[in-house]
Amino acid sequence: MKELAGILLFCALVALAPQFISSGVTLNLIIMTLYAALLGQAWNILGGFGGQFSFGHAVFFGSGAYAMAVLQVKFGWNAWAALAAALACGAAVGAFIGALSFRYGLKGSYFALVTLAFAEVFRILSNTFTFTGAGVGMMLPLKESTADLQFADKTGYLYLILAFVLAGLLVTWWLKRSRYGAWLQAVRDNEDSAAALGVNVFRVKLGAIMISGALMAAGGAFYVQLFHYIDPHIAYGPAVSVEALLGPIIGGMGTLWGPLLGAAVLHGMGELTRALMGDVPGVNLIAYGVVLILMVTFLPRGIIGLFHRKTKDAPRA
Amino acid sequence: MLELSILFPSVLNGLTTGAVYALIALGLTLIYGVLHIINFAHGAALMVALYGVYFLQQRAGIDPYVALPIMVPAMFAFGYALQRFVIGRASHGKDENILLVTLGISIILENLALYAFKSDTRSIDTAYTLTTVNLAGALISLPKVVAFGGALATAAVLLLVLGKTDLGRAIRACAKERQGARLVGIDVDHVFAMSFGIGLACLGAAACFLLPAYYVNPTVGNGFVLIAFTIVVLGGMGSFTGALVGGLLIGVVESVGGLWLGESLGQIGIFLIFIAVLLFRPQGLFGARS
Repeated sequence: MKELAGILLFCALVALAPQFISSGVTLNLIIMTLYAALLGQAWNILGGFGGQFSFGHAVFFGSGAYAMAVLQVKFGWNAWAALAAALACGAAVGAFIGALSFRYGLKGSYFALVTLAFAEVFRILSNTFTFTGAGVGMMLPLKESTADLQFADKTGYLYLILAFVLAGLLVTWWLKRSRYGAWLQAVRDNEDSAAALGVNVFRVKLGAIMISGALMAAGGAFYVQLFHYIDPHIAYGPAVSVEALLGPIIGGMGTLWGPLLGAAVLHGMGELTRALMGDVPGVNLIAYGVVLILMVTFLPRGIIGLFHRKTKDAPRA
Repeated sequence: MLELSILFPSVLNGLTTGAVYALIALGLTLIYGVLHIINFAHGAALMVALYGVYFLQQRAGIDPYVALPIMVPAMFAFGYALQRFVIGRASHGKDENILLVTLGISIILENLALYAFKSDTRSIDTAYTLTTVNLAGALISLPKVVAFGGALATAAVLLLVLGKTDLGRAIRACAKERQGARLVGIDVDHVFAMSFGIGLACLGAAACFLLPAYYVNPTVGNGFVLIAFTIVVLGGMGSFTGALVGGLLIGVVESVGGLWLGESLGQIGIFLIFIAVLLFRPQGLFGARS
């Protein structure tokens, strides 16, 4: 219950932020941090709680983004209906990839590779078909109203992304205390033992990749609404996949606040390198890479691992 | 159906590209076979080697083929240091950690290149860049023929080293049973670093053969890395024969697929093979089931 109170308190504080912050730049930083946190939360469900490291989470992000854009632009769907379809699309792609790879028992490096390959296949497909605008990408016409999920003012986007992050926090909170979450963590810690105790390993992993996919698709849908544009490289390129896994690894995998903490640290660091080095391409990513290696070397349980060294619920390093 | 007169040159072209792919995949499969890690930084390391060859030619006027005795030891030293001082330290004996560390290294290398050289695509001009050779009626560019021969020769040297020398025996011992190897007095950490070094040395050679007919930019490695993974998975993780056969096969698939479906969709054949092999035969064509 303490954690639930923490979640609500955090969201209330962020929701009140526009009352005190008038600077567009600061609001934008908060929005982008929450957006990175959402991607991290999605990865954390499968990678942190399920122990299945995906290197191609962009496949869910891109599918959500394209569902959102194509349904609105080509089929004239309402944005809210398109959002629901985008989430379903993310879950469906998750079910597809999960059904294929978990049925054949792909684990560890093999699973990482197959997700990467799927993202690449989707990128090539979206780059080829005119249905998705091919290499040119897709523009979303400007229609600034709540009914169209577009906002003239940054505050609207803040509330939208905050709602997604709240959903992510609640799902994670539920994983930590539900029977299903216990199954998932049992599968992560020792698949054979879990199976011997009667856990249906395949179904549990499939559930995790579907939830993770849907949440990641929400990130893609948000991206389309915020920037009104998507192309194959943004949607399915490696940058999003990396962003999704960095946050939880730095913050703490398999924890409630890890992805959020990681996203905040990364974005803070990104701003810092920008301030120090100027807006040079690549510099902030170099810093990310260095931090990733340092974290794995010296703090394999993430920043959160520093705070509860002895607690039983933190994943074993 | 396609006419034989178009198909034949396309297959030959595929074989020449495939030989270079095989060389890149040999390095990857060696590292996997010995260290049991998937080196995600392989593509980025190839990019570093390509820049090395490029600047040797541009600044010092050294021909790419003459650069071989410089690039191979240089990449070897780079790989040795990387394994000994970065990857080995960070692993804590867990595969997931190594996966993440090599991913981190590839992010760093790629963006350092972007920072230092901008995202421009660069290529070099040599006297023989546009020369072609007539092979039974098919015109193949000379650098590609050289690459084919060079890649196969390098692979032969590598297999000889692994099969006949003490170092090769030590490497194979560590690949099979690292505890046992340690017990009989092999310096396992040293052998690991040597293997990683040799794996990257293959990239140094590949870069010298590749550049006269290719280009370099900071993300050039991405295109190769998934192809190399495909070859290694197709041939069987850790299998050298598999890497060679798989490399040639993938080269042909890419070339003929491109002819059939066009440049952009042609690549998809590779990834579909990759996914299919991972799902249905993860031990690969020549690998033993673990």
